[in-house]
Amino acid sequence: MDWFPLLNSLRIAGISTVIIFFVGIFAAYYIAKAPRILKGILDVVLTMPLVLPPTVVGYLLLCILGPKRPLGAWVLSVFGIKLTMTWWSAIFATTVVIFPLMYRTARGAFEAFDETLAYSGKTLGLSNTYIFWRIRMPACRQGILAGTVLAFARALGEYGATSMIAGYTPGRTATISTTVYQLWRTNDDALAFKWVMVNMAISAVVLLAVNMLEKKQKSGRSA
Amino acid sequence: MALFVDIEKKLGSFHLQVKFEADDSVLALLGASGCGKSITLKCIAGIVRPDRGRIVLDGRTLFDSEKHINLPPQKRRVGYLFQQYALFPNMTVEPNIACGVRKKKDKAAAVQEVLRLMHLQALGKLHPHQLSGGQQQRVALARILVNEPDVLLLDEPFSALDSHLRFQLEQEVRQIIHRFGKTVLLVSHDRDEVYRFSSNIAILKDGKLDAMGAKHAVFAEPMTVNGAVLTGCKNTSPICRVDDTHVFAENWGVTLKVPAIAPDMTHIGIRMHDITVGDGENALDCEVAEQIENPFSFTVMLHPVGSKMPGVIGMELSKADWEAVASDRLTVCLPPQAILLLKD
Repeated sequence: MDWFPLLNSLRIAGISTVIIFFVGIFAAYYIAKAPRILKGILDVVLTMPLVLPPTVVGYLLLCILGPKRPLGAWVLSVFGIKLTMTWWSAIFATTVVIFPLMYRTARGAFEAFDETLAYSGKTLGLSNTYIFWRIRMPACRQGILAGTVLAFARALGEYGATSMIAGYTPGRTATISTTVYQLWRTNDDALAFKWVMVNMAISAVVLLAVNMLEKKQKSGRSA
Repeated sequence: MALFVDIEKKLGSFHLQVKFEADDSVLALLGASGCGKSITLKCIAGIVRPDRGRIVLDGRTLFDSEKHINLPPQKRRVGYLFQQYALFPNMTVEPNIACGVRKKKDKAAAVQEVLRLMHLQALGKLHPHQLSGGQQQRVALARILVNEPDVLLLDEPFSALDSHLRFQLEQEVRQIIHRFGKTVLLVSHDRDEVYRFSSNIAILKDGKLDAMGAKHAVFAEPMTVNGAVLTGCKNTSPICRVDDTHVFAENWGVTLKVPAIAPDMTHIGIRMHDITVGDGENALDCEVAEQIENPFSFTVMLHPVGSKMPGVIGMELSKADWEAVASDRLTVCLPPQAILLLKD
């Protein structure tokens, strides 16, 4: 059995989760403080990828990144790099798709934060950066971790947008989900079943982790 | 050394407008919840930005809307004790206190010193949720004192504690305040607490200062209905003026002799313990509407005989005193010198 799809899925999901961890948290932090109308608009725009069909996300991404589209063509002519049909092209797709998950959970965690902790930190002379990383983030740790794990799991299973922007090339752009589809198409049931089991095992672990984090968060609050 | 505050702040329909000066003693802001006490503290600390005005602490301007000065909370040197103490839940006691140490060197030594001073050595390695309410308060105070603030703001410091703990903690906090020796603002709705702690009192209502002065003067002559109620006067009534020394109390349906009355007085009040049993000036023949047993006293609700008004007057008696006179009818006196003349 060629393990490349597992490796590829893990690195795509890993990198996009790291990106979304920071982008999602900062978006959540600043949007939570934004005026109400702006907040409403940004909320709709940023949550959109959660409800759009992945194929629509893929289509929109191709409209921007495709080799004949403005940005894709520009990068191709200046750097000689094609933004689509490489293994890392899938990162664009997963990043956009999982962003709302991270953004939503992080915002929920920030909104539950007791703001007087930040106030007291300020009156004690602590810098805003210190308060953010050493007081606010640890207090919201469980919510943010749960969001991160959920985002990672979703990235691992991303199929629609990924297949459109990275395609399926065995040994180059194949991920678990695109491999399962390909194996089913070529009637290789035995191998498809193995990949299904791998995928289910990973998902079960992730969901267990999320559940444990949520339980910990509940008991942490009541304490 | 003093704190000068003159600020205005609009929050929705609420309009805060206060002006006061506090010297190196305890000034209490007394008011019902939602009167603007906490917002005033937040403005001083720099957490809420006033719309207009000036805040000066020991000659340092913290806020001045005209000169566009608005120091961040970090630079104000204001010690703020929050109602729930706001200890950082992810840190044990020692790092919590270390957060308050301003100097870069010898942080650990400063922490140990204040732990010793506040008798907290045994708790240094515990998390806030492992501490009792009183211990949390002491840690929060230690964290503030080690920060060397120029003013101390105490926001309902005992409201989160069980009543049997309060007495002992109040004593400790009084000692700490005494050692601190600079301006202290105490926000509270508890008149007893305010009386024990402060030398001056400011009474707030709907964002405005109702009355302000030395605590004895404010309690003796609260001047307003709100002030009377907040200082613990349970009996108040609107009045009709009869002549220079007599008024008709509308709630109770009786005419009473009062000290000389100014034209803008609209209410009278009398404290429950100022009412006496027996005959004399302002004697009222009353029916006992209800007797309420307290742990160490009786509260007796009286309805003047012949009054068409439903209002009752409450008086407080020791258990022995009440048992000596207990009946359905009682003659009581409302001594004129004990009657408070009030504005609405």
